[in-house]
Amino acid sequence: MIAESMYQELILEHYKHPQGRGLRDPFDAEVHHVNPTCGDEITMRVKVGDGGKVEDVSYDGQGCSISQAAASVLHELTTGSTVPETLAVVEEFTRLMQGRGQVEPDEDVLGDAVAFAGVAKFPARVKCALLAWMAYKDAVVRSAS
Amino acid sequence: MSTEFDVERIRKDFPVLSRELPGGRPLVYLDSGNSSQKPAQVIEVMREHLSMHYGNVGRAMHVLGAESTEAYEAARDKVASFVGAPSRDEIVFTKNASEALNLVAYAFGNPINEDPRFMMGPGDEIVISEMEHHSNIVPWQLLARRTGATLRWFSVTDEGRLDLSNLDELVTERTKIVSIAHQSNVLGTVNPVARVLARARQVGALMMLDASQSVPHKPVDVAALGVDFLAFTGHKAAGPSGIGVLWARAELLEAMPPFLGGGEMIEAVWMDRSTYAPAPHKFEAGTPPIVEAIGLGAAVDYLASVGMEAIAAHERELVRYALQELGEVPGLKVVGPTGLEDRGGTVSFTLEGIHPHDVGQILDDEFGVAVRVGHHCARPLHLRFGIPATTRASFYLYNTPAEIDALVRGLHHVRKVFA
Ligand SMILES: Cc1ncc(COP(=O)(O)O)c(C=O)c1O
Repeated sequence: MIAESMYQELILEHYKHPQGRGLRDPFDAEVHHVNPTCGDEITMRVKVGDGGKVEDVSYDGQGCSISQAAASVLHELTTGSTVPETLAVVEEFTRLMQGRGQVEPDEDVLGDAVAFAGVAKFPARVKCALLAWMAYKDAVVRSAS
Repeated sequence: MSTEFDVERIRKDFPVLSRELPGGRPLVYLDSGNSSQKPAQVIEVMREHLSMHYGNVGRAMHVLGAESTEAYEAARDKVASFVGAPSRDEIVFTKNASEALNLVAYAFGNPINEDPRFMMGPGDEIVISEMEHHSNIVPWQLLARRTGATLRWFSVTDEGRLDLSNLDELVTERTKIVSIAHQSNVLGTVNPVARVLARARQVGALMMLDASQSVPHKPVDVAALGVDFLAFTGHKAAGPSGIGVLWARAELLEAMPPFLGGGEMIEAVWMDRSTYAPAPHKFEAGTPPIVEAIGLGAAVDYLASVGMEAIAAHERELVRYALQELGEVPGLKVVGPTGLEDRGGTVSFTLEGIHPHDVGQILDDEFGVAVRVGHHCARPLHLRFGIPATTRASFYLYNTPAEIDALVRGLHHVRKVFA
């Protein structure tokens, strides 16, 4: 049924084996974001190197499979890219999530994050998927200041 | 009171229970602790009133106004008798339990109050518990902040019981009010009111019960309980949302300052001052939720006709079966008492390694099983158990053992998805 399409194999895989989890040094900015309605939370650190390259995104948190898998996918997609590239992914991901399932995702931009497309049909879960991405955006802004 | 409890007949009274969900799933509604479904009897009374009798209450000099006033006040009679209130004037209609709790909290430390029992300032204490719904926490936090009084609380044992080991240190001569849940909305625990009340009386403190989770489910008699204030909410008791009840001893309602000001709560108004109507109207400013109150009247009539003893017995059997069957699900841990003593039909649990949101999503989407997931407006209680959230199944008169089987089947499937 529909939830089955939300719990894509890739999401479950990231949930069970999160990539890049754990807070690491050095970092330029650390943020803590909470989803007050469900209590999901994430602490995220970002290290940006010379030439605006994202050297590390480390995180720790707790929450449902969607929020945790999103953080893991985000780590993979952002580490090693430039800040502007990653912000384009954030933007496309946000557009997909807020599209109520009506938006055709740009797979070239999103990569693995396209697996979250099914979440957009569940308004109550969209904030779960966005938690890590909003934290990342916040951390990047702070790291630049 | 009926002796024969026929759940299949009762289910026919609730139109939504025969509804099919998208995809052809039947509805398995195990979220009555959040809000209950409504029987046709309630829906019909509200529809009939809105269609044929509606007018404003207490002020219109015409047939419709008189009929509305009569029906609204008749609802007060019904509710008074349902909870054993010594007088109908002790029933104040509010918009929900939260408002009833706030109403009482605002009586304390209010500069226009003159009764010593409601005076509050630094050095005075308010006692609540760690298992409270936010509605029985935040109003008291706000009161403490307004007055400089100190907020204290009972802790909760690992078994999910109120820890009364320090009752005498917690409730003291400094305590002005003790406010606790009659039954926990998460744990299902029914609290030992008499013991706490005896101590409150010893030290001259007032006592309030948040009965949101007890009044809908078992016989509650305010006179027998002996407390001072009791709050509950209509939408959990087969009634509509938008209507709640504060019961308080008449003598206290008389002593308390008004809460909200407006039409209908006054006796006479000058430009610089007013005198107030006697209770309960003193606390019902403005046009009340008329049809909602009438709906609640119909709801308590309905519950009384089924019989509160019979409902309690039915739920007891459901929770017995649920605890037994849930106990067989690997990795499942019940948060709250696992025995039947002093416990109602609410079971919260965790499933090892799986977040409640994922549990709830799959139960709903694949099995049509509606449960509540999250902290159920009792975050401090979840912090106490070191967990962010639980999954909660809560039962009512219309639930069946087969629905518990559906829940358990669903949980086995959830485990498979996340294995
Ligand atoms: C124990 C308890 N107290 C208070 C409330 C608040 O009820 P309402 O939201 O109708 O004010 C609830 C339900 O949400 C509850 O379960």
